[in-house]
Amino acid sequence: MRLILLLTLGLGGALALSVAFGETTLSAGQYLDAFVRPGSPAAEILFGIRAPRTCCAAMAGAALGLAGAVMQGLLRNPLAEPGVLGVSAWSGSAAALAIVLGLGAAPGALEGAALGGALAAGAAVALLAARFREPETLILFGVALAALGGATTALIFNLSPSPITLAEVLAWLQGSVANRDWSDLAWAVAPIALGTALCAYAGAGLRMLALGDETAALSGLPMARLRVAAVAGAALLTGASVAMAGVIGFVGLAAPHLVRGAVSDDPARTLAPSAIAGAILLTLADLLARVIPSETELRLGVVTALFGAPLFALVAWRAARSWRA
Amino acid sequence: MTAALELRGLSVRRGARTILSDISFSVAPGELLGIVGPNGAGKTTLLRAALGLQALSAGEVRLGGRPLPSIGERERAAMAGYLPQERRVAWNMPARDIAALGAAALAPRRSLAIAEACLAELEVGALARRGVFDMSGGERARVLLARLLATHAQLLVADEPAAGLDPEAQLLILERLRRRADDGAAVIVTSHDLTLAARACDRLAVLQDGRLRALAPPREALSPRVLAEVFALDGALIESTAGLTLAAGRAAERGAG
Repeated sequence: MRLILLLTLGLGGALALSVAFGETTLSAGQYLDAFVRPGSPAAEILFGIRAPRTCCAAMAGAALGLAGAVMQGLLRNPLAEPGVLGVSAWSGSAAALAIVLGLGAAPGALEGAALGGALAAGAAVALLAARFREPETLILFGVALAALGGATTALIFNLSPSPITLAEVLAWLQGSVANRDWSDLAWAVAPIALGTALCAYAGAGLRMLALGDETAALSGLPMARLRVAAVAGAALLTGASVAMAGVIGFVGLAAPHLVRGAVSDDPARTLAPSAIAGAILLTLADLLARVIPSETELRLGVVTALFGAPLFALVAWRAARSWRA
Repeated sequence: MTAALELRGLSVRRGARTILSDISFSVAPGELLGIVGPNGAGKTTLLRAALGLQALSAGEVRLGGRPLPSIGERERAAMAGYLPQERRVAWNMPARDIAALGAAALAPRRSLAIAEACLAELEVGALARRGVFDMSGGERARVLLARLLATHAQLLVADEPAAGLDPEAQLLILERLRRRADDGAAVIVTSHDLTLAARACDRLAVLQDGRLRALAPPREALSPRVLAEVFALDGALIESTAGLTLAAGRAAERGAG
């Protein structure tokens, strides 16, 4: 409980920083203006541009952090992340297809495609998860699904007629929460809420899975249902995050590891702190993307990968300890 | 008295291979049954089939007098607890959290209290807050057994609970399972240590190539003939000051010598 409180305070700080700072530097007077005069340019920057963008980053980060924790618990693997079962790849591929087909400008089309792609992959994995209990089998199917999703994206690049469209797809795939408004957030609330509920329901099953499939199967919990809930929840969360912010790596991998030690490695108690940690990570990454001086704004996926890759190595280093045990 | 577990004509096939063939026996409350047999005889498959983890090709399993398929997941968990041979734990959870999973249906405070009592029973109470990755193999085996004891089920099934442990730990584990049987539970263990099994168990079921070769009190079940034909051992169970002891050597080697 103290951890949740601490992380929530941290998230509050990260959100405040992210709204306060950006490309445009504001004076003390302008900050004051923003609060007392709702129509002022400063208010527009803070609450019309930065606040929705910040919320978007926080929500996508929370979704990824939670989905990552669920995947690691389900697959009993510290290196699992939301993309491991191919959900992100399919989501990205479907969104790329939507852009190439010229649907990018239609309201909700891109988001719908990203979510649809994630759900298609999620449904395939959920069917497999109900049938096959071994995590290794699921991971192998996931690798195949991810490869197929990646190949479809490559095919779209291959066949795409216009370099401008290609640039658009590439930029989108690299992840960003720039130019988001409140309506972009509103539609994502439902899939994220549903995904969160499914993951919370699966929590007790993830804890029991720490002792292996057979112990879990005889624990009295409805494991087949919990497994499907975990996959479906993670797919919804991943799909919603891809739809909101593009394909973003490392947050889903790193967030659970940052909090795991503080909850005695309990896979169920890792869930909520992972979500908050993911929100903090992506909010700060987006802030970095804006304030690092560069010709064009850095893409969010680039920033998380640049900072996430060394963290990934650290995680592997620590995981090696458990494999030796 | 209703048997805690009853197997009737149980057979298991995997593809064309027959793993278990026409096994029938029952275990009464208060009984400690040992299942012994060479590697590949079907011991683990028998336990898994008896608990519904393995599909049957023929036969029936009854738990507490009722057909297993008619018992729901939650009820089955209350009736039977299982300790698999595999001792891998995915995360570095503390001992008491792991033992508490045996009583997960109860309120957290109550299940933790039961977990700590069971850890103390297995003399690892001092490790309650230590993570399993930071324990020796023997300590981890006891923590996992504490999880089984915490279920307080009427049927406790443990696959090789003492394998790989030092002699004192092996005796402790069998003693504690014996105590659960004396308290009224039906307990089934598998073991490769015939001396240990003979001393602790009321009856031994000897499996050979998926068939029940003998089912009797230890001295009868492990007769010189069974030892020779099933285990390729030349010798006998003898009564020593510490209890039954296996005095035997490899049959083939002696024959050659």
